[in-house]
Amino acid sequence: MPLLSRGAGLFFNLFEPLFRLAQRRLGLGRLGWLFVAPNLIVFGLFTFLPIGINLVYATTGGVNLMPFERPYTGAENFGILFECRNYFDIQTCRKDVFWRAIFNTVQFSLIQVVLMVLLSLLTALVLNRKIIGRGFWRGVFFYPVLLSPVVVALIWKWLLQSQGVFNAALVAMGASPIEWLTTASWAFFWTVFVSIWAHMGFYTLILLAGLQAIPKDMYEAAEMDGASPWRTLRRITLPLLMPNLIVVLVLAMIRAVQIFDEVFVLTGGGPGSATTFIVQFIYQTGFAEQIHLYGLAAAASLVLALGLVLLTLLQLRLTRASDAGRRAR
Amino acid sequence: MVTRILHHPVGALVAALFVLPAALHAAEIRVMCYQDGVECDVVAEQAKRFEAANAGTKVVIDVVPYKTIVEQLPVQLAAGQGPDIARVTDLGGLSKYYMDISAHVKDKAYWETNFGATLPWLRPTAADKGIYGFMSQLTMTGPYVNKTLFEQAKVPMPGPKATWDEWVDATRKVAKANQLPAALAWDRSGHRFAGPAISYGAKIFDAKGDLVMDDGYKTAVNKFVGWHKDGAMLKEVWAGTGGSSYADSIGEFKNARVAMVLSGSWQINRLQKDIGNAFDWVAVPNPCGPAACSGIPGGAAWVALKTSKSPKEVGMFLDFMAQEANYAEFTARTNNIPAHAGLAKKGVKYPGATPQAQAALGVFSSGVANLSPVAYQFQGYKFNRAVMLPTVTRVTQAIVGEMSTDEAMTKIAADMADAVKQATK
Repeated sequence: MPLLSRGAGLFFNLFEPLFRLAQRRLGLGRLGWLFVAPNLIVFGLFTFLPIGINLVYATTGGVNLMPFERPYTGAENFGILFECRNYFDIQTCRKDVFWRAIFNTVQFSLIQVVLMVLLSLLTALVLNRKIIGRGFWRGVFFYPVLLSPVVVALIWKWLLQSQGVFNAALVAMGASPIEWLTTASWAFFWTVFVSIWAHMGFYTLILLAGLQAIPKDMYEAAEMDGASPWRTLRRITLPLLMPNLIVVLVLAMIRAVQIFDEVFVLTGGGPGSATTFIVQFIYQTGFAEQIHLYGLAAAASLVLALGLVLLTLLQLRLTRASDAGRRAR
Repeated sequence: MVTRILHHPVGALVAALFVLPAALHAAEIRVMCYQDGVECDVVAEQAKRFEAANAGTKVVIDVVPYKTIVEQLPVQLAAGQGPDIARVTDLGGLSKYYMDISAHVKDKAYWETNFGATLPWLRPTAADKGIYGFMSQLTMTGPYVNKTLFEQAKVPMPGPKATWDEWVDATRKVAKANQLPAALAWDRSGHRFAGPAISYGAKIFDAKGDLVMDDGYKTAVNKFVGWHKDGAMLKEVWAGTGGSSYADSIGEFKNARVAMVLSGSWQINRLQKDIGNAFDWVAVPNPCGPAACSGIPGGAAWVALKTSKSPKEVGMFLDFMAQEANYAEFTARTNNIPAHAGLAKKGVKYPGATPQAQAALGVFSSGVANLSPVAYQFQGYKFNRAVMLPTVTRVTQAIVGEMSTDEAMTKIAADMADAVKQATK
């Protein structure tokens, strides 16, 4: 630390004349912009510029990649995505796969996030207790997080394919094999299961950190007052864990909406479109189909971005509400 | 020794005067190549000989998966990036990126005489007379049958003019007798699907040459979906993935999980290599429908790309590969059907091919005569992918019950119209 502070001191001494000059020219109020400028440039180049380019693609048509070779079509791509004869029947939509992808994504997010948060909480509560081999179990639950999503999906595909380990076990027990990945309901179930298996360790870790930050004396006081474990959980653990739970909820929700890699390798979005999610729809429309519809893909990605912005706003609101609640207490 | 010469002032000066300028002029040609068997390996050997004969030109063969050619190469080319030469199968779809090498080939007449029938496949317009590359091989879609399974089931194999229904019935019996999970499978590809569709009477184009989804196509969709629903077709190949992703059925055939697959001539080398003596397999003529007994012609082409900074060397290398001796070597070693007219007339000897592979090559070669004119028209159509890809997506949705076959047909027609509209903007 002293070394760091000495370094910072040297830096400011070295550039002091420059800073003074900048302050004189820009004024104290605008000097801050100078300091954040490098970060703003990077952020602008790699975040705002791509958003702008995406907007250009979304409002142009054709199959050319270069923006200046693409004819301006205004909101046509959005019109194509949202064109339905009957909004209560996906089948009547011009791009029904887009709506199926949205429906699948919403369904997946709701089921997966609820299960993910509950299971992570349960696991964290168990791992927070003094159980035998606690370190080992923490490692076991965290291990899948270290694996590449593609590896995770390939492992599960190997287990679930028609001649895979699961079916071999079923046949050995005298049962009929099950089409795990070619039956829509099973395929959807496994996408939820595999994504929870792969990521639960990360969220468990966040909740475990939260649990360990709760002062022990609160539990001791509750015990002395004769509070039941259920009451302790409801009145002490969950309220104090709420900030962590909100982080977990929002992160899990954002990740669920962005789901792609594991599912793409595991089911390819099939059977049919049963596990096609919004990111895969974007990828397929823009890149995998041999007539690349970049405009349509860009329009769909803006719809996804809008969804993610709403989720982020929800996170901010929840976090503020939680902070306000804590301050009030 | 070399180091010692370079350390000597005179040696270094000589190197600077003669070697460095030569190095600066050295051209590097990058060839993006995918292989079904040993295609890239053979070309790599030919490239070494080309380099030896053309000092200063280096040829680098980048072997990539087929998926890269299909999905990444078009994006690279659209962005103005890419190799000098590529082995492609979307012949017309990528034609706007091809480079005319006619100024760099020794004898244009040789090219017209031997590749005249297929050169138009690579030209961006019908009026164009440029040379953009050549077909590395002709291919034809068609079925393979597991003869051993038929023999074990004591079911006679249907004859050369048998219909798809007869083949499905026969393979159903074979599957039952051998307790196979399904009777047959087709590659998950709109290209493969088009053969039976044409056999069932699909015209694909109307009198004006516009795309049309007719009753023939609908019959094929109905039959195919029905065969999935009654368990004749192995569900995993088409229903095992989503979108329009390609999936081949050869893996299922090699594992003897089905008695018959619909794939194509380019698989011969792989079957010879991977199946070995495990069981007897044969290629059979394309089964018939009411209108034809057709597969789809096609093939891969070596094409020069506009992204190249060494057009002369690219032209020279393609000219070298297209020469009869080199083409014959490539064809013989890769067990492919030649697109070179002179060579096809003389006949190709396949010294490395087993009797099974030789017989299969014979079946596919003779099958070219049975191809429907619609099949050629379809193969030569620039936007044929606009038909193929929605077919895969929508037919799969019908197979898994997301929509009826009628709805699938409506959606194929709509997707097709959308794609063509965008592609022509």
